[in-house]
Amino acid sequence: MLTSHWPKLLMLIALGMSILLPVVVGLGEALRAAFGILPALGRHSFSVDAWQQLWQLPGLISSLRLTLFSGFAATIMALALAIFGSSWVYNISPKLFFLDKLKPLMQFIMVPVLAAPHAAIAIGLAFLIAPSGWLARWLSPWLTNWTLPPDWATVQDLWGLSLTLGLVIKELPFLWLVCLVALKQINVSKQMSLAQSMGYSHSLAWRKIIIPQLYPLIRLPVMVVLVYALSTVDMAQILGPNNPPTLALVALRLYTDANVQMLLPASAAAISLAMLMVMSILLWEMSVRGLMLVNKVSIRSGERASKWTLLGTILTTALPISFLLGLLSLLVLAIWSITWRWSFPEAWPTSWSFDYWLQLLTEWPLALKHSLITALMSSGLALMLTVIWLEVQDRFGGHVYRATLWLIYLPLLVPQIAFLYGLKVSFLRLGLSGGIGTVIWAHLLFVFPYVMLSLVDSWRALDQRYLSVAASLGSSSWTCLWRIKLRLLLRPLLIAWAIGMAVSISQYLPTLLIGAGRVESLTTEAVSLASGADRRLVGVYGLLQALVPLLAYSFALLLPRWFALKHMK
Amino acid sequence: MSLELSKFSVISHQGHTIFTPVDLVIAKGEVACVMGPSGVGKSTLLNAIGGHLGSDFRVAGKLVLNAQEVTHMRVAERHIGILFQDPLLFPHLTVGDNLAFGLKAKVGDAKQRRILVEQALDQAQLTDFYHRHPQTLSGGQQSRVALMRALLAQPQALLLDEPFSKLDLDLRHTMREFLFDQARLRLIPVLLATHEPADAHAANGPLVILKPGSSHAL
Amino acid sequence: MMTFLNNSWATQLSSIVLMTSLGFLSQMTHATSTPQWQQTIDQGAGDTVYWHAWGGDVRTNDFITWVGEQTEILYDVKVKQVKLSSTSEAVTQVLAEKAAGQNTNGTVDMIWINGANFLAMKEQELLHGPFVTDLPNSKYLNLGPNAPATVDFTEAVAGLEVPWRLARFVFIVDSKRVAQVPLSMAQMLTWAKANPGRLTHPVVSNFMGTTFLKQALIELTPDVSLLQQPATEQSFIAATAPLWRWYDEIKPYLWRAGKNFPENESIQQQMLSDGAIDIAMAFDPAAAAAGIASGLLPKSARVFVPSQGSLGNVSFVAIPYNASHRAAAKLVANFLLQPETQARMQNINVLGSFSVLDPTQFNETQAQVFADLPTSEALPTLTELGPTLLEPHASWGEKLKQQWSQRYSQ
Repeated sequence: MLTSHWPKLLMLIALGMSILLPVVVGLGEALRAAFGILPALGRHSFSVDAWQQLWQLPGLISSLRLTLFSGFAATIMALALAIFGSSWVYNISPKLFFLDKLKPLMQFIMVPVLAAPHAAIAIGLAFLIAPSGWLARWLSPWLTNWTLPPDWATVQDLWGLSLTLGLVIKELPFLWLVCLVALKQINVSKQMSLAQSMGYSHSLAWRKIIIPQLYPLIRLPVMVVLVYALSTVDMAQILGPNNPPTLALVALRLYTDANVQMLLPASAAAISLAMLMVMSILLWEMSVRGLMLVNKVSIRSGERASKWTLLGTILTTALPISFLLGLLSLLVLAIWSITWRWSFPEAWPTSWSFDYWLQLLTEWPLALKHSLITALMSSGLALMLTVIWLEVQDRFGGHVYRATLWLIYLPLLVPQIAFLYGLKVSFLRLGLSGGIGTVIWAHLLFVFPYVMLSLVDSWRALDQRYLSVAASLGSSSWTCLWRIKLRLLLRPLLIAWAIGMAVSISQYLPTLLIGAGRVESLTTEAVSLASGADRRLVGVYGLLQALVPLLAYSFALLLPRWFALKHMK
Repeated sequence: MSLELSKFSVISHQGHTIFTPVDLVIAKGEVACVMGPSGVGKSTLLNAIGGHLGSDFRVAGKLVLNAQEVTHMRVAERHIGILFQDPLLFPHLTVGDNLAFGLKAKVGDAKQRRILVEQALDQAQLTDFYHRHPQTLSGGQQSRVALMRALLAQPQALLLDEPFSKLDLDLRHTMREFLFDQARLRLIPVLLATHEPADAHAANGPLVILKPGSSHAL
Repeated sequence: MMTFLNNSWATQLSSIVLMTSLGFLSQMTHATSTPQWQQTIDQGAGDTVYWHAWGGDVRTNDFITWVGEQTEILYDVKVKQVKLSSTSEAVTQVLAEKAAGQNTNGTVDMIWINGANFLAMKEQELLHGPFVTDLPNSKYLNLGPNAPATVDFTEAVAGLEVPWRLARFVFIVDSKRVAQVPLSMAQMLTWAKANPGRLTHPVVSNFMGTTFLKQALIELTPDVSLLQQPATEQSFIAATAPLWRWYDEIKPYLWRAGKNFPENESIQQQMLSDGAIDIAMAFDPAAAAAGIASGLLPKSARVFVPSQGSLGNVSFVAIPYNASHRAAAKLVANFLLQPETQARMQNINVLGSFSVLDPTQFNETQAQVFADLPTSEALPTLTELGPTLLEPHASWGEKLKQQWSQRYSQ
């Protein structure tokens, strides 16, 4: 019995050293700085000045309100739409007319928005819905009579509605994909048939029967979306208001203040953000439990008639709009990438140019190379680690403590900015700096949890009977892993890998800080250029950034089909 | 109460008829059987009657339930219960809540509903199982709960898709008797898809032998 | 060295051909350099300089690439631009290295820096130097007392950074839309009232936003000389009272009623280009011309400066105390001060940034090179730019930022 614990323990230690330790050390540095200790600045004694400085920042309450509102609203809406969208995929009676024809293609339609970097979607969307944007240009001046755009707050509104919209558009495909993968583990069609044969409408059956089974399977991805929405920097910078901005941006502003003494309140802000995450997660989970309880009571009532028709109508309308806006945002960026000038109120660019694409041909190969190396290495390593971790659990005792799973997700649940500076100092102390290897390690901190997240439930849901059969036929556990598990799980494995690729490609702060700026990647190039606000360049780099994950996702979705086709023949 | 099928068949989206059209009348409390080789489309027939077919299929002929045509009606409005091979108890609910899910909304207040559920459990010889989780029940117990759940919804007809095939011989017999008794007691027309002659014999009602349909377009 | 340039420079104006054909210029450099400088050349050869510089401007990035191509030919020194989205990223990098005790072999060789970032690095002793006078080309600089190249936001440069381009605060308008530009802060108020929602400034946490407030402060404050001293509580209240009165009055007429602001000047210029506002800002007199040349601004974009003049400062490069390639960085810094380099930089088709050199140090040919630079309708002449106003002491910027947030952040 004791011996069987060793592999688990070793695994825990290895993970602890590679994933947990850096985060904890980084957080420790931030915590020290928040309490006045930053030797590099000659600050050696404990003090709470940094916190006072932070609390005295004007507009901090508005920042908090804005952060919480946009974060929660975006997560709730994206989740509602993803669940509703999944229910639509499983609805056998036609509802959305011609859109029903798209059902089999849905996963492919999601891919572009899924693959595109957050900043690209944000910039595209901002251009789409701004008073001077594409939609306004289509309608001007013939309908609106505008020769100059009106002074309307359709982006960067003070409530953060446009920020919320951007987050919903970007997170919806992720959550939807996660839902569709998770639903494969539930016998959805038969359960729905049963419930409907008892007189329940499709939507009500979905709410009472499917959602309570689905949610536990997607809980972690939802948490990740919630945390991202609360701590996003790039989307908030483009779509959110800035006087005051969200809490994450407050922290970033302090971190990048020319006055380096501001690192102290910056650390306090980062720690506050981390605490806000913890509280938000608790609040969210408590609310979900409450809702589940209400749902259970309503199940006992046997109520068949849906009172949610208005919500249904809203969701039915919002779903295609959200997708359309996402795709249009990317389309408009693509158009910008070959634009020279495009003045208001012209519906199309006034002059075109391929200059930026041509110019970049000479510049991006190195960035592309770095991005590809880090992405392939970190996602490959992450996938390997995940499989080892899950296999060790399978072989050496069922459920490893749920708590360890939360530890793995720590890097996702703590805002990057809160620990990366401290992490950098620690890396430097260890003599690790600037190399691509260190960058891969830093990426792994974020890629590994995402890969684990996307794989763990499919792995657990694998029908144990296949394995029993295989074992009874005398297969060794290695053969079982290689010939059965990995084959049966090919699809989720590939999707997990593709998500890992996308996550690695999009990392900005880890690449810049840990790579000491020397490992230039598509994203570091894109972000530094985006500060110059040239939509044409952002278009070029945004598309390039989207291209790698796009290929990875397409590969992940198409390879299993190709396999299946081959076997059918 | 009765269930009537006239020239009833299912056509795939390529235009193939899945099985030769079926004519059948099942009176109240009667148990009809549909038999035929595996893959002939017994489940498809049942799904078509229940309204569970996807948009890849369409239905030809006529389906009348209690003098009302329901051929193209929505599932939820047909009031035709169905039981599959697997009992499919909802894993997130207790046995009691599974039954409560089936129980009609209009029936009583919370207290009365609870009593009705307990009664159903008694009938299924599962007294005191209210708070148990489905996973802790044996196959036979699960099947009985599934049946009671379907009956609590007060269906006007019941479709059974090989519901005993996973049970061992003894259990199979008891379960069959239990089911037929309940159907007769409640005067529900029942259609049972099976490949066991014994089932058909016990049902002692009309029998349909399903034949593969034409593979050419209609 | 100069003899060679006299022969060839006049005929090959501002062309890359010149700089790529400098095979024997480097020999000349060797021949005329002091033993100390020769040592720098020998030490630097073969190194790559990691130049941390804001990467938001394509033309600047291209110029830096070009600089690297030249120094590779001249000194066998490559330049690799580390593109930043904020200069403080480089400061933090050096600070983190110091925190980790990495006092040699630092990863930052050179930083494009000025103002508050310079002050921070100087105070934390994160800079190498003084080294400016080590560079042979420093002879083209006016390093006299209080000369612009020796003061950075009233902070003494003390030889710790080398000037490389001149920045002047200017406004940009679309001349098609605005016929009569407001030439003072008082006129700005009248203009804003007549054109509500058409004026804004970058958010004040941004450098350009603070600069706009400083420009207004200089015009509105009763005693400008006070601004050259560090701000005290009292001097700040007295000096800024008229500014806040003015701002309170203008705020409701700003874009989005002064409740939201563009993130930086590039976004603001984009808004000008989109027609969302009529006036943008820049710290570069060539901003309009450069914007037109790169398609970012309409052909009718023009710059103007307030009649009293506008803020001006110098952009510098500095070398961190722990830089790995110190000698090579000096070679690059020296190359930046070459009159030919500065002339190329000032060329509107290249960068359009004004030279930091002292024209009185030029010989005739060099002066002619500058005189022959192409002009653009959108490029103001030095006379049109009017007087340069001195940057206030850095403390004023900090305090303005704080006070503005205090008053106007909800």
